[in-house]
Amino acid sequence: MSNGSLWEYANPVKFMRLSGQVLPWVAGLAAACVVGGLFWGFFLTPDDFRQGSTVKIIFLHVPAALVAINAWVMMLVASLVWLIRRHHVAALAAKAAAPVGAVMTVIGLFTGAVWGQPMWGTWWVWDPRLTAFLILFLFYLGYIALWSAIEDAETAADLTAVLCLVGTVFAVLSRYAAFFWSQGLHQGASLSLQPGTRMDWAYKAPLYVCMAGFTLLFLALLLAGTRTEIRARRSRALMIRERMAA
Amino acid sequence: MIALLLRDLRLAFRAGGGFGLGLGFFLVLAVLVPLGVGSDPRTLALIAPGILWIGALLACLLSLDRMFALDHEDGSLDLLATAPIPLEGVVAVKALAHWLTTGLPLVLMAPLLGVLLNLPGAAYGWLIMSLLLGTPALSVIGAFGAALTVGLKRGGLLLSILVLPLYIPTLIYGAEVVIRGAQGLDTTTPLLLLAGITAGSAAILPFAAALALRVNLR
Repeated sequence: MSNGSLWEYANPVKFMRLSGQVLPWVAGLAAACVVGGLFWGFFLTPDDFRQGSTVKIIFLHVPAALVAINAWVMMLVASLVWLIRRHHVAALAAKAAAPVGAVMTVIGLFTGAVWGQPMWGTWWVWDPRLTAFLILFLFYLGYIALWSAIEDAETAADLTAVLCLVGTVFAVLSRYAAFFWSQGLHQGASLSLQPGTRMDWAYKAPLYVCMAGFTLLFLALLLAGTRTEIRARRSRALMIRERMAA
Repeated sequence: MIALLLRDLRLAFRAGGGFGLGLGFFLVLAVLVPLGVGSDPRTLALIAPGILWIGALLACLLSLDRMFALDHEDGSLDLLATAPIPLEGVVAVKALAHWLTTGLPLVLMAPLLGVLLNLPGAAYGWLIMSLLLGTPALSVIGAFGAALTVGLKRGGLLLSILVLPLYIPTLIYGAEVVIRGAQGLDTTTPLLLLAGITAGSAAILPFAAALALRVNLR
């Protein structure tokens, strides 16, 4: 199957070769964007008229939240690819994405708490956005727990993929249920593709750099994690072969 | 399929079937809550809808790991998987049997515990209605969780981590119905959403559960 399609990289050998070449670049770019964006955001932007310098936590908060949600979307896509086309790389990529997504969720929640304390006067409120995010974290936990509980790799990949599909439906349901359940303090979306923006470019430009940086960081961690999983599986296969030979 | 339902019901009712354990748990929880938060009737009336719904949720959860595990151990699950009825049907029947032996008794007992927790008078009808509409969803979602963890040795704790987040929408709408009922507000919207979750779960999750069972039986 050498027709140059995307599915070629479902072959672990080809994936390893390509990802090995790409990874240093992605990681370097991610580091540059994250460090540069955060520096720009923290030190080179003016203080907000009302929020003072606390507003600058947005440069961590929003990118982390962005990655936390999109990591789950990526897991959903990878799970579908695994269930439909049974490419092992997809299953391992979904496995590698989960801890990154979970950590990003924690970063989003933590920075939100630190930001909320001076602004709203409380570390935590049961605001629908906050609640939905906490629920997303619970779904990450369940997904990771199921991966680690099952010994057989193929069974684990199948079951976690099914859990990811069902979990997506229920996570979305929970989000809307949480919005139904209470009105919140959290502001609506400040960034939007539609005209009539609510944020000044002095903030928006470094924020976009940070968002790109966190996305690249996720990609780098994802590639590194997937490569680790593939290597772990190879070494396990080698060990079994050795034991059989002995 | 009816034979399977009767078999499951008989197994549940006979000695060692664990019937009534969930009810006992529900009762103990309703006794413990006032002991923990104090006996002030106003506080209790305020939290009663939530406590009753969470109690029903946890009582349902308790009996979930037996749903497929016992059949898996003695091999009858393999027979069911190769039987002429589709595995999706088996899952649906098992979930129905679970609801009849766990959910329905909880619905019937909840008003009694409502008295213990000083639930406002207007809310009793809505409590029964919401549990009646919502607990089938708990059984079906639970069947999916049980199917995921059937092959595991220490599946019980994992099952709760997997299933409880899936229960969140049901809990939110179910408790909302009772809370609004207690305040005399309109309950149509959460009631319809609750019924929608039950109908949707019953339609989709048996397929996901059957898929998980096939993987586990492979």
